[in-house]
Amino acid sequence: MTLPPEAGAEAEAAIPEAVLAGAGPTEGRSLGQIAWMRLKRDKVALGGGIFLIFLILVAIFAPLIVKYLGSPPNEFHQELIDTAGGTLEPIGRFGGMSWDHLMGVEPVNGRDIFSRIVYGSRISLLIAFLATLLSVAIGTTLGIISGFIGGWTDTFTSRLMDVFLAFPLLVLAIALAGVFPDQAFGLQGNQLRIALLIFIIGFFNWPYIGRIIRGQTLSLREREFVESARSIGARRGYILRTEILPNLMAPILVYSTLLIPTNILFEAALSFLGVGIRPPTASWGGMLSDAVVFYTQPHFMFWPGMAIFVTVLAFNLFGDGLRDALDPRANR
Amino acid sequence: MGVSAALVLAACGGGGGAGNNEQPGTQTSASGFNAASTSVVNPSDKKGGTLKFANEGDWDTLDPGETYYAYSWNFARLYGRSLMMFKSAPGKEGNQLVPDLAEAPGQASDNAKTWTYKLRKGVKFDDGTEVTSADVKYAVLRSTDKQTFPNGPAYWEAPDNGLALPSGYKGPYKSPNMNTDSAIETPDKYTIVFHLKKPFAAFDYLAQQPDTMPVPKAKDTGAKYRNSVVSTGPYKFADLQPGKSFNLVRNDQWDPATDPNRKALPDRIEVSLNVNADDIDNRIISGDLDVAVTALGVQPAAQSRVLTDPTLKENSDNPLGVRLWYTSINPTVPPLNNIECRKAVEYAMDHTSYQTAYGGQFAGGDLATTILPPSIPGYSKFDLFPDGPDHKGDLDAAKKSLEACGQPNGFETNIAYRAERPKEKATAEAFQQALGRVGIKLTLKPYPQGDYFAQYAGLPPYVVKNKLGLALNGWAADWPDGFGFLSQIVDSRVIRATGGSSNTSVRIPEVDKMLDTALTELNTDKRNQMWGEIDKRVMQDAVIYPGIYSKSLLVRSKNGTNIFVTDAYGEYDYLGMGAQK
Repeated sequence: MTLPPEAGAEAEAAIPEAVLAGAGPTEGRSLGQIAWMRLKRDKVALGGGIFLIFLILVAIFAPLIVKYLGSPPNEFHQELIDTAGGTLEPIGRFGGMSWDHLMGVEPVNGRDIFSRIVYGSRISLLIAFLATLLSVAIGTTLGIISGFIGGWTDTFTSRLMDVFLAFPLLVLAIALAGVFPDQAFGLQGNQLRIALLIFIIGFFNWPYIGRIIRGQTLSLREREFVESARSIGARRGYILRTEILPNLMAPILVYSTLLIPTNILFEAALSFLGVGIRPPTASWGGMLSDAVVFYTQPHFMFWPGMAIFVTVLAFNLFGDGLRDALDPRANR
Repeated sequence: MGVSAALVLAACGGGGGAGNNEQPGTQTSASGFNAASTSVVNPSDKKGGTLKFANEGDWDTLDPGETYYAYSWNFARLYGRSLMMFKSAPGKEGNQLVPDLAEAPGQASDNAKTWTYKLRKGVKFDDGTEVTSADVKYAVLRSTDKQTFPNGPAYWEAPDNGLALPSGYKGPYKSPNMNTDSAIETPDKYTIVFHLKKPFAAFDYLAQQPDTMPVPKAKDTGAKYRNSVVSTGPYKFADLQPGKSFNLVRNDQWDPATDPNRKALPDRIEVSLNVNADDIDNRIISGDLDVAVTALGVQPAAQSRVLTDPTLKENSDNPLGVRLWYTSINPTVPPLNNIECRKAVEYAMDHTSYQTAYGGQFAGGDLATTILPPSIPGYSKFDLFPDGPDHKGDLDAAKKSLEACGQPNGFETNIAYRAERPKEKATAEAFQQALGRVGIKLTLKPYPQGDYFAQYAGLPPYVVKNKLGLALNGWAADWPDGFGFLSQIVDSRVIRATGGSSNTSVRIPEVDKMLDTALTELNTDKRNQMWGEIDKRVMQDAVIYPGIYSKSLLVRSKNGTNIFVTDAYGEYDYLGMGAQK
């Protein structure tokens, strides 16, 4: 987890006197440009990034896509189900795949899997992004304070992180989501469930990023440019904002990208266990959970499983590429 | 004596598509899909061989005083003898009560509040001691101790209509010296007299519960007795390993001369516990196993295999259970307080999607239009809210009802279901889709099943406050009789403001009176007719949407002989089955 501050410099005018170690910088290029150049050379990461942009577009334009390529995600199509024979499996090969139903239909109720995957991406991405934002906000704030102030504040915050890390998160999440009322804080139904999931996932994941930021701040705090700022009488707040925080942007960016897939998986796990989004709203984890009893109908499990897999993989590849680009020394 | 004769009449009058080869006593060989539901497949009187049973979970308990699953009551007849029992016979004949430990059905006196049974002489426990009326009395009394046996049926000690037990009685363990003659008298070794607080004309059904199987006081170990049950039937326990397996072997103290009801064909029955459900299906199909004892029907994987393979399908059965899956329409939640709005729900629902949600016509069941399932004596066929020729709902009728209700554009309400049950979730989604067609907007409200009735759908103030207009529900009778089926779900007096009742929507004073009248009617035939009338009266109020009469898809044993389904349990009759090897 070595992330030297030099590599962290992302803003162009931040520290012109910094000497980049490792890769020899071409004169006249900013650090941001260098990072972008490295990222461009990493085709795998770039592929991941392009897929993510595509996915975000799919989530945003879900209603439009479904209008032309599917049918409403909660609409039943029991005429496509073998009710006469009693098996309740979709009629036709590969789970009833056709031009009307690109990924086939669900057993029993015949809902269009493609539309549900498309709509499910909204839930997954929304929860993962916002939960990550929450983790990063809390983690960065407490990490910086802990690392910069030190002393008993550091001790207290570090122990707090230990406590949070030791929490049986899944058990807590299940319990909390299970007992939570249907209406609270002016929200109800699925809005409340989404807010709750974001809170659970975000609030209990902050120590991971908090520890990294704390470590970075600890080493940054002792560096010459901070010393010099301090010696000319800069106040703490100023140093934090202009000297430390910009140098932390790289690890924050990298670890956010790597935290998002973890959160997607966590949301899927919660939905799979039945404490996530309420039916009939589609979510990938919920679809997987529905598919379990129909394991003779592999298409039903294949598509949501594939969606989670590809998305998580894309985020991880992109995140790794981003780290390599921003921090070449981590590339052992 | 009137009881058994009347039940035969009821069986004949029941109608409902049963075959004509079910005359009592005849043994017709049959084969093909669903053959064992009405007749005996592979009839045989050959003794010997081993039957292998498997349970996908643990047995609830083998203690006859506490066990409370239909499969377990079916099975208990192999090792214990209760006062009365369901006849080991195919189809509707299996609903017939016959005396087992008793010589004859109960004699009623004091307006059906006192019931007297005479025991057969010469019945012995597996240690050779003779069974007396005191052993039966002790067995019933110990079952009333709900601290020791929390999960057993609670009819005997019911505070307002159970046995006339002295107040403060807590069972023979905690109140050993209390005189209980006010409840059960044993004037001699072979006579037992029960005294009830209220008339109960169908008492013989209570007397068939396994908790009347005698228990020797000297060998009773309380909650641990489940692992050392003393047998009175043709089989006794051997190699019992709790949570894993047990075997039944022949009980040499059982005298066939005292027992006209049991053939006791196999020499040995081996039972494995906690076996994977899919594994059970596959092993029965391959012939390695004989019976999935809980009889819940095959898993979806085996279901599609069985239904698409003609040979497999021929060797499977699709019996009707004694269970109704239904939906309560709560008249306490506006605008459902208006009967027309309730009718709109009845008409608008797509009945076939209810069936599909529960697994379709084979694994789910038949479309229901009444509360009583056809396998229960007293069932009469009627359909007050016809749902169109294709059973997908009558939208015109629904819209008319909505207009009459003053909600021509529909309304919004919620539907409650048990979160852990995928079939109920699918049903709730189906309701949402179907009712949406006439503008009734439903929001799904899943609740944990453990507290479903105690804190949510069965708690009247909660229902009103959270506008739970519809609530998914299901009911299975403890025994195939109108009382067992109806009393807990249509009697408004079981609804408590503190929650916990399965009845959430039926509040009709007239129905309460009809139930009371039926309970004093000693003529079984007349009584059964009354259950049918109550059913119809409840349906007139449109407070229940009957979903499906449950059915299960069972695969027949390859090694088994004498295979048939008894309507009393909707399962293969475990008492009658034999083995080829």
